[in-house]
Amino acid sequence: MKILVPVKRVIDFNVKIRVKADNSGVETANVKMGMNPFDEIAVEEAVRLKEKGKATEVIAVTIGPAQCQDLLRTAMAIGADRSIHALFDGETQPLGVAKTLKAIVDQEKPDMVILGKQAIDGDNNQVGQMLGALLGWGQATFASKVELGAGSVNVTREVDGGLETLQLKLPAIITTDLRLNEPRYATLPNIMKAKKKPIEPFDAAAKGVDLSPRIKTLRVDEPGSRKAGIKVPDVATLVDKLKNEAKVI
Amino acid sequence: MPTYKAPLTDMQFLLNDVFDASQLAKLPGYEEATPDMFQSILEEGAKLCEEVLLPINQSGDIEGCTFKDGVVTTPKGFKEAYETFTQGGWMGLSCSKEFGGQGLPLLLNFLLDEMVCSANLSFGMYPGLSHGAYNAIEKHGVQELKEKYLPKMVTGEWSGTMCLTEPHCGTDLGLIKTKAIPKGDGSYSISGTKIFISAGEQDLTENIIHLVLAKLPDAPPGVRGISLFLVPKFLVKDDGGIGARNGAVCGSIEHKMGIKASATCVMNFDNATGWLVGVPNKGMKAMFTMMNEARLAVGLQGLGIAEVAYQNGLSYAKDRLQGRGLKGAVFPDKVADPIIVHPDVRRMLLTMKSITEGARALAVWVGMNLDIETKHTDATTREEAGELVALLTPITKALMTDHGFDAANLAVQIMGGHGYIREYGVEQFVRDARITQIYEGTNGIQALDLVGRKMPERFGRMLRRFFWPCAEFIKENSSNPAFADILPNFAKTFQRFQMISLLMAQRSFANPEEAGAAATDYLRGFSLLVLGYMWLLMVKTAHGKLADASEKSFYESKLKTADFYFAKVLPEINARMMNIQAGSKPVMGMSADLF
Repeated sequence: MKILVPVKRVIDFNVKIRVKADNSGVETANVKMGMNPFDEIAVEEAVRLKEKGKATEVIAVTIGPAQCQDLLRTAMAIGADRSIHALFDGETQPLGVAKTLKAIVDQEKPDMVILGKQAIDGDNNQVGQMLGALLGWGQATFASKVELGAGSVNVTREVDGGLETLQLKLPAIITTDLRLNEPRYATLPNIMKAKKKPIEPFDAAAKGVDLSPRIKTLRVDEPGSRKAGIKVPDVATLVDKLKNEAKVI
Repeated sequence: MPTYKAPLTDMQFLLNDVFDASQLAKLPGYEEATPDMFQSILEEGAKLCEEVLLPINQSGDIEGCTFKDGVVTTPKGFKEAYETFTQGGWMGLSCSKEFGGQGLPLLLNFLLDEMVCSANLSFGMYPGLSHGAYNAIEKHGVQELKEKYLPKMVTGEWSGTMCLTEPHCGTDLGLIKTKAIPKGDGSYSISGTKIFISAGEQDLTENIIHLVLAKLPDAPPGVRGISLFLVPKFLVKDDGGIGARNGAVCGSIEHKMGIKASATCVMNFDNATGWLVGVPNKGMKAMFTMMNEARLAVGLQGLGIAEVAYQNGLSYAKDRLQGRGLKGAVFPDKVADPIIVHPDVRRMLLTMKSITEGARALAVWVGMNLDIETKHTDATTREEAGELVALLTPITKALMTDHGFDAANLAVQIMGGHGYIREYGVEQFVRDARITQIYEGTNGIQALDLVGRKMPERFGRMLRRFFWPCAEFIKENSSNPAFADILPNFAKTFQRFQMISLLMAQRSFANPEEAGAAATDYLRGFSLLVLGYMWLLMVKTAHGKLADASEKSFYESKLKTADFYFAKVLPEINARMMNIQAGSKPVMGMSADLF
């Protein structure tokens, strides 16, 4: 049982995001980067399945510039066995990423791909779904519990109305939600071992994958600042304003 | 609650650009200590400090340790944090691979120590004391003791302590009364009372390994008659399992000004079974190996507090809107200007920043030389590195702990009433930092160590380990335009300080009280000079990197901070030199009855 875990390099979740002066995007120069938190949960889940003896190999994958190697080392320090790095210097977008991942899945033939439900930079929430469609595999998104059976997997999902449990035939795609697990702190011996684990390059272009962006960002702006509120004399006025001015009730 | 982000960028700057720590990977045994390994380890260590240790710092201070019927309970969350820390293997970072450690450079441990102490000084005491005990056993114990005790101290399953002080003696250990009687089977029966024993009893580990100074029946008087013993809380069976309870019991814990989550214990040894560590009557020597490293570790505690105090003072100064700039509104769209517009607030912030960053550079310099002293293949290089470390040990300890306290006080001052109340957590830094100026040899003792031991050692040879590289740097860079504003003045100060050193050596030779009366001023002056040299190295590097656009603001900040250091901090050295020149008469000329 092989598990593939794609991870993305994003601005560290602690950093306050600033918009570039020319409104072309957000400032990434001189900003601390780290692993997308949902992806960290995905790595943790895969490693737990391996520690329970249910999976045999965990492979971390990333698509991005050379600095992404740090991310793969982090994934391997948590417990991934090896990594694949598709080197790409431009902006990555969901479809290109999903196609690259499909090419890697074709090569590695994993039984499961566990991804973060979305990356905290673009908040697209698309790659897992697109990859499922490209592969023709079943998908269970927003997982809060994963139970592996024989040839199938039960996934509890967080949906608007509560929890929903699906059974999927393997191979399958799972995307993680926040409550699936709490990622561990990498131990010092594992950080050191991670340095010796292999990172294989993957040439997406050579496999015929076109990673070039299809969506053009026109402009990025800071959210508008909050306007001052008003005081209403009584509840009746409040209800009236909510109904007729704000039109929310 | 206070916030903290580990200063990883500054650490990387020092490791990679100023000091080239990559050379450590060339030393035998340190092959794995490459710069990218340093980075991965520091990043994960930082995470642990920020997310696990920091959140229980303030609550640990409020709750404190409790004592009931010989049992000490640490504050809520400490046990879990200790488990996360030890199960992560952090205890064994620089411990020998032979006993299950990772065998990484001591320099790396220095930087981890700084982060741990910023996040939670009290917590740091537990692994810190274990580390000291580990070092003493590893360097002086026989193989059998090492194999029996060290592996579990490296995993953190067992902890360690240093039991030196007794009710009637601390600094003068020649007076100790604790007795060790040979039992005839190679073990000893230890009886006596030790006080101020950090981590003497706690609920974090299944066993505690005490290192106890005691006197054998036939011991000569004074410090030449002290031996070192290993006394476990529980005896250890031959198979390594926990055996009977030993007669080493905690009598009570102290109620202290700070580091309240660190249990400071009275330890009663009542016919406790112990084993000799090292040679009979040579316990002080064994203790000193442990103490020298412990002094550096205490210095790092001061650095840690200074950093976290600065960070919190700074964020308050940027957020607090109050009044307007002296020349008029700086941010007219806001209700008031942030207090960072005020010269006096900036003076405080820059004092903190310039000394903290200089001290961190010093920590890296000392740490690297400690590693060279331990691992280098060439005997002369090892000796020279060792001499530099020995010289800089009292300076590191006193400078950094005084600064930790000063910086914490400045943070309180910047925050005004909000600094004084508990909620913001900076008054805790003041209380926690205060002990670091006292334990492991008070800073007065550090000053005496510098002028009484280190200065005369081999006719000033140790001094030259600092004076020579500093003089060489001045010579090499005298025409470098980057230094045009700072180097000529620094060179003059440096010359004068060397003259003062000579004057002190002459006067002290004739009258030791001259050395004693000048010691603290000399140590402080020396510290300011060392920081000056650290800033020169950083200026040189930062200047060369200004062209690097992505990190430009970092290097600009370095250069501006250096300007402040040379213009506003270093001049204190002149007053110190005047004090030294004034000699011992003003302090010794008054008889005790006249006080």
